[in-house]
Amino acid sequence: MSNSVAVVLLLVGAAFDLAGCIGLVRLPDVYNRLQAGTKCVTLGTCLILAGTALLAHCPACSVKAVLCLLFALLTSPTAAHALARGARITGVPLWEGSVVDQWEPESREASEGEPRR
Amino acid sequence: MAVVAKILVGLLGVSAVLCLYRIGRGPTTPDRMVGIDILGILVVGFASVSCILTGRDFVINIALAWALLSFVGTLALAKHLEGKGFDE
Repeated sequence: MSNSVAVVLLLVGAAFDLAGCIGLVRLPDVYNRLQAGTKCVTLGTCLILAGTALLAHCPACSVKAVLCLLFALLTSPTAAHALARGARITGVPLWEGSVVDQWEPESREASEGEPRR
Repeated sequence: MAVVAKILVGLLGVSAVLCLYRIGRGPTTPDRMVGIDILGILVVGFASVSCILTGRDFVINIALAWALLSFVGTLALAKHLEGKGFDE
């Protein structure tokens, strides 16, 4: 029972990883790629680590897998936020279909005065 | 279990190849850094899968250390993007 649950977790996690990487290739600009990649791949890797914790041979491996899961869950959004901030400061342009850019000061003033778009 | 192993390694391998495509092609530097970050997370998953598949216990340590070092490396790359030194 526990084995089949673990195998399902592993397969779903690998499928999420693949979906995230397809998003990484297909989406139009850095910020879209960043959110697709980070969210899908973090979820997929966390599912894989949960499956590993259920299926591992020794208790120490399970504990290490759970630690790794918690760490990935904590640090991956932080790294993605730092990367997005760095990309915006560098001046990477947004995709032309982007609706709102709250970092830009003039758009912030415009959105306070009148609704933008 | 053998079939599951093949499917897992295949899915993770295709994901890694797509990441490498983005690292090689990416029009801007932040694109490449996103690819490197995500490749690091993928390697963590691959190491834990290979811990199960090969039955060697030490491989999970590689996953743990890779998660730590990948985080520090991504933060350093982001700092570098902002044009700051490492001690600011």
